[in-house]
Amino acid sequence: MPNFKDGLKDGLPIALGYLSVSFTFGITAVKMGIPPLTAVLISLTNVTSAGQVAGIGIIAEGGGYAEMALAQLIINLRYALMSLSLSQKLDSKYNLAHRLVTAFCVTDEVFAVASGKGSELPARYMYGLILLPYLFWSGGTALGALLGSVLPEMIKSALGIAIYGMFFAIIVPPAKKHCGVLVVIAAAAALSCAIYYIPALDFISSGISVIICAVIAAALGAWLFPQKEEEGDIADE
Amino acid sequence: MNNTLYLFISVAVMALVTYLIRMLPLAAFRKKIKSKFVVDFLYYVPYAVLAAMTIPAVFYSAELLPAAIAGVAVAVVLSFFERGLLTVAVAACAAVFVVELVMKSL
Repeated sequence: MPNFKDGLKDGLPIALGYLSVSFTFGITAVKMGIPPLTAVLISLTNVTSAGQVAGIGIIAEGGGYAEMALAQLIINLRYALMSLSLSQKLDSKYNLAHRLVTAFCVTDEVFAVASGKGSELPARYMYGLILLPYLFWSGGTALGALLGSVLPEMIKSALGIAIYGMFFAIIVPPAKKHCGVLVVIAAAAALSCAIYYIPALDFISSGISVIICAVIAAALGAWLFPQKEEEGDIADE
Repeated sequence: MNNTLYLFISVAVMALVTYLIRMLPLAAFRKKIKSKFVVDFLYYVPYAVLAAMTIPAVFYSAELLPAAIAGVAVAVVLSFFERGLLTVAVAACAAVFVVELVMKSL
């Protein structure tokens, strides 16, 4: 059965990837007017890239709490599915206290690695897996938030695209193989552009826009491209 | 409104909602979701969310639009050939940097 050290080893590549993305998250947050300490607090308490990017967008616009809650719910809903799947993979000694701690750090990458493990997973393995990604995610945010102000403009401008680059790396490969994913991406992008560019829709804030686009596009995908039974049980990222 | 209070409550709302989504299924659910439509819907949600957040925002992520377009082109091509997250992100940044450097020195 995998132990704490195995977890650390599996978590290191995830942590290195997080370092670069959280660094740009820190820069982006400060650029949007979020205080550095708040940016770090967000990373310490949320540990999710897409949700945090949407979150600072809503804060920067002075959006309401209900909008924030709804945006986080829709954007992070996928974690419910991952947690559900993960709950069936934990070993028999995984008690409620361990589950409450583990839940804090169920990210796309942590879920992907944990799912790929052949055996049942003990708490000590999951803690090892989570530790470095969590530290690097928070530490990278702090570095970005603090160094952002001393970095030259050209570097900052170039780093602004990093987080979107990561998003492309997540959505493009499955779109190549799965027609449904491609259609969902195209539909979401088209809707997002419509809301962004049509003047009559200006009243829709960025957080609400993500919700509208995601719900319509994902429902469209589920309706037009239902998955085969055997591959429908987890979101394989 | 008090700005510090607004920030604090916003972050608390973010963190609480995000945690509950992850925690409730892990702590309580032992059964699989039955509804086929819900399962399919949840499968597509991450892609829809990321696409909606990326487009068109990515085109305004750099100072100059042509640089952002170059960055997107590099990111899409490298993603198509299944490079890792880190490689794609760094290469997109490099593309933006180079194009802005060239455009500003013209």
